[in-house]
Amino acid sequence: MTSVPSGIAVETEAPAAYLERYGLMLLIRLFETEMQRLFLKGEVHGTTHLCAGQEAVPVGVCSALEPGDYLAGTYRGHGHALAKGTSPDALLAEMLGRATGVCAGRAGSMNVIDVEHGLVGCFGIVGGSIAAATGAALAAKRQERVAVAMFGDGATNQGYFHECLNFAKVFSLPAVFVCENNFYGEFTPMRAVTAGQDIAARAGAFGIPSAVVDGNDVWAVREAAVEAVQRARSGSGPTLLECQTYRHHGHSKADPARYRPPEEVERWLARDPLTTARVRLVELGVAEAEIDAVEEATRARMDRAVEAALAAPYPDPQAEHATEFAP
Amino acid sequence: MSALVEFRDAIRDAIIEEMERDESVVFFGEDVAAEQGGVFAVTPGIQDRFGSERMFDTPISELALSGAAFGAAVAGLRPIIEIMFGDFMGLAMDSLVNQSAKYWYLSNEQRSVPLVVRSAVGGGGRFGAIHSQTHATWFQGIAGLKIAFPSSPAEAYGLLKGAIRDDNPVIFLEHKRLYSVKGPAPTADQEVLPLGRARIARPGHDVTIVSAGKGVADALEAAEQLSGDGVQAEVVDLRTLRPLDLDTVLESVARTNRVLAVEEGPATGGWGSGLLGRVAEHGLHDLDDAWLLATDELPIPYSPTLEDAFIPGAAAIAASVRERAGIMLH
Repeated sequence: MTSVPSGIAVETEAPAAYLERYGLMLLIRLFETEMQRLFLKGEVHGTTHLCAGQEAVPVGVCSALEPGDYLAGTYRGHGHALAKGTSPDALLAEMLGRATGVCAGRAGSMNVIDVEHGLVGCFGIVGGSIAAATGAALAAKRQERVAVAMFGDGATNQGYFHECLNFAKVFSLPAVFVCENNFYGEFTPMRAVTAGQDIAARAGAFGIPSAVVDGNDVWAVREAAVEAVQRARSGSGPTLLECQTYRHHGHSKADPARYRPPEEVERWLARDPLTTARVRLVELGVAEAEIDAVEEATRARMDRAVEAALAAPYPDPQAEHATEFAP
Repeated sequence: MSALVEFRDAIRDAIIEEMERDESVVFFGEDVAAEQGGVFAVTPGIQDRFGSERMFDTPISELALSGAAFGAAVAGLRPIIEIMFGDFMGLAMDSLVNQSAKYWYLSNEQRSVPLVVRSAVGGGGRFGAIHSQTHATWFQGIAGLKIAFPSSPAEAYGLLKGAIRDDNPVIFLEHKRLYSVKGPAPTADQEVLPLGRARIARPGHDVTIVSAGKGVADALEAAEQLSGDGVQAEVVDLRTLRPLDLDTVLESVARTNRVLAVEEGPATGGWGSGLLGRVAEHGLHDLDDAWLLATDELPIPYSPTLEDAFIPGAAAIAASVRERAGIMLH
């Protein structure tokens, strides 16, 4: 494995910036909690894939990006969208199939697109985000922007992964490939279906620098992301970050995740990215009261989003003026 | 105006002029920038003109190629890509079907995906079953995609310019048996052809022959043969298979009352059967006869004798019309 070369300056930041990131992680957690509740009430339709437990990855990665940079996410993408700047109101309304959704109810949980905030899209086909970000990086090169692909461990066995890493390196594209390795591709353990069992090492074959990152530590994710984004923006090409994390829920709403050993689940729950971030904030001298205030404000924010989404109308099929083609 | 233009040169001219006109147009594919300009020598010299940032060779990597085109289009470029043989489109399908085609609608029209995917298609070149297919019908049922299939050098020039300027994803088919065909230079009204409009390639009043791509050239040749038998065939060049210009076909059928669709591909699931269904649905009162000349439900064979018999050419079209009309050969 090629590791990320040290020596690239990573800014040291005041704890206040991390308090804000903690608030964003909490927003994602609360969003997923609401998704589960609303799904059981029949307000969320079809299926949905929750990212609770993985919040530190998108928050850490997006903290290293400029607003104009691109992000392509996955069908487990609520955290990707919120971290990139999609409003919780618009995202929740989309989940509920309401007219006020970010895609006016046309997309749903697996296919969210928010161009205004640089969210190229969330992609329902495993590995699709890798291709989307690679293409965005082709345009980003001209625009002095960076494009990030989020994808799971399962996607690293797709052709998209291998073809696009090769393509991005050959053309030295400003891309960052972020693997959220949660150790399960749907119901199947990553190690059972991944030759070599080492995702970061795969980058070495392409001459792409890579790093294994503690994906439950928002500090560690940000540090790795800052280096990778700097490398991309300076014209030095792509990076692969393997962020190791864990989903608290099953693959989708149909999956109780009984295939995971209880002790494994317990071990990861003990390393909940929110709990550990909170402890760290206190250690860094952030007052409990300050953290409480952020938590309270975030809960209120989420409550408002839920209230607004539930009150919003469904799209009216009679009033839809969908066109097959752009004029 | 009087000079003849070769099909491949018309394609190249259209690409060069659009790249000159619009900085956001980029072009990449396998071997396209190499000196020869691709396996069919369509695009030589373009990289010299525009540099390797805007025109470049890619790895043999159709997933990455098509995915990159999608992502680049969403992020502000207007990519033209070449998927060398249409048969390779199976590999590129996810980006085109699941990403590019649906983006405009799913995003609630936040952004469209302006890209063009050029490929060489069609049989007759002895390339065998997996380098001879016409992939248009694989994409026929995908909302949000346009499919263009030019029939002559002038049409290729205008349709490609129209495709590059179109804000939607366009599958662009180039019949490999047309590349060396020379034809009249584009007229003023063929400069930029908006997609979705068919044309009457030859007027007639006895039967309408509808086709696209090389099928139009074959139909025109068949129509000449038939005029010797006293049959005046009208030839409709669809130009685009999606969207389908049904109105032009219906207007023609209203004049001729007979329609033949000529398709280089199996009848099942093809555009021809779809078209005849639509004509029956909307123009039954005008119809005395409607039929389809397609290929057998088999892969395209290699051996020249088998391949020539497999593809419906001009002689087969003329024979089919004579048979249907009950005309005996002199």
